[in-house]
Amino acid sequence: MTTSEVTQILSAVIDVADDGVSLPQRLVCACAAALPVTGVGMMLMTDAGPAGVVGATSGPAMTMENLQFTLGEGPCVDCSTTGRPVLVADLAASGPPRWPAFSAGALDVGIRAIFALPLRVGAIRLGVLDLYRDAPGPLPAEDLAHALSFADAATAVLLHLQAHDSGDDPAGVVVIDDRAAVHQATGFIAGRAGMSMTQALVLLRARSFASGQLIHDLAESVLAGELWFSTDETGIHLH
Amino acid sequence: MNGPQRLAEVFVELADTLVDQFDVVDFLHVLTDRSVELLRADAAGLMLADQRGNLQVMASTVERMRLLELFELQISQGPCRDCFDSGEPVVNVDLRMAQQRWPEFTAAAVSVGFRSTHAIPMRLRGQIIGALNLFTEQPARLSADDVAVGQAMADIATIGLLHERNVHEQTVLSEQLQAALNSRVLIEQAKGLLSGVADVSIPEAFATMRSHARHHGMTLSAVAASVIDGTLTVQDLVVS
Repeated sequence: MTTSEVTQILSAVIDVADDGVSLPQRLVCACAAALPVTGVGMMLMTDAGPAGVVGATSGPAMTMENLQFTLGEGPCVDCSTTGRPVLVADLAASGPPRWPAFSAGALDVGIRAIFALPLRVGAIRLGVLDLYRDAPGPLPAEDLAHALSFADAATAVLLHLQAHDSGDDPAGVVVIDDRAAVHQATGFIAGRAGMSMTQALVLLRARSFASGQLIHDLAESVLAGELWFSTDETGIHLH
Repeated sequence: MNGPQRLAEVFVELADTLVDQFDVVDFLHVLTDRSVELLRADAAGLMLADQRGNLQVMASTVERMRLLELFELQISQGPCRDCFDSGEPVVNVDLRMAQQRWPEFTAAAVSVGFRSTHAIPMRLRGQIIGALNLFTEQPARLSADDVAVGQAMADIATIGLLHERNVHEQTVLSEQLQAALNSRVLIEQAKGLLSGVADVSIPEAFATMRSHARHHGMTLSAVAASVIDGTLTVQDLVVS
């Protein structure tokens, strides 16, 4: 099953000696090594647009991310806005009309194909994973499938990094449970407690991690009104 | 048995939904409702696979958690999984006889009162992209004609999902599938939010959003996004 593939990707980037390299940086390197692409970058996104580069392989990946960050245009920006992957098999052919400034800069550093994958959980926009190659051509179906697993892993990492109180304990990086109850409970908490969808999901995950309960069971308790939350000076708590 | 006239009406209704401003999740919900009616079932769900063969529930006629789990369980085991893997319909499954084949799934289905189940593949030019799943509380058999109707419904679901022009391109298919899957998550979040804020049940929250979408010519995803970003308030939704 796919979840196990995502789990494997996460384990591989987490279970290494602390070398001072951030989780997003390890992830983009692992992604570039596992797939037939030249390099990979990861951008943080908010509703307002690109918010910063969190990981990039050496070479043009950083240029690709910085161009999009400064120009506010590019596959990654479109990908985040629409929530859809943006797969550009031939940047020279189809890039310039869509993103004139970005395409010029990217082609200049030898980027010929870009595959931007959204890192999103419904309304929660976390970022974009950008894969690029120095030769045009589509990403074959199996490679795209593999890339989507890296995107799931990246989503889990970015969500983890939002949870400041869980610190840097990488054990808290878990695959997102994609069942309806989890998403409904996220919305329910956000609505009731007046917090953002991201905060609500982070809260659910942190509680699941701390208590050892499955997030799906917690979500059902929230929806059944059996679990409540309160706010104090240290934040919002579920109990 | 539904007469040919009702069948024609349903197909016209579905075709009529496939206009510019249509929402794929809403469309698939209508489709599951009509599948239940046309095939005399008690529950239906539509499972969609992402590019990795990972099945997800896109739409169903049930909201109660234990029923919904019947679909969610099939991510790994059950008629939908088998139908997806083989590309062939899995119909007329007597759940009393299915314990060995799918132990967890069968136990869950029997415990909520179902006796029969069917799964029909969603096909696109040799590729299987999902399955339509039906449940009945009474032992039931689908005739060859029924299976044909079910297959037609599954085919319409495929068309609805891939309504964009250049769907023969693998790239667009991938983009569209991922977008549909994310849209489903967004709608679940909005249902939860509305339920929390307005103190209504999840099914009521969903019905309210669907009704607002219909009456205001908006897509369900747009309504869900507006509920989440606050541009649509509970008051707007209740008043409409």
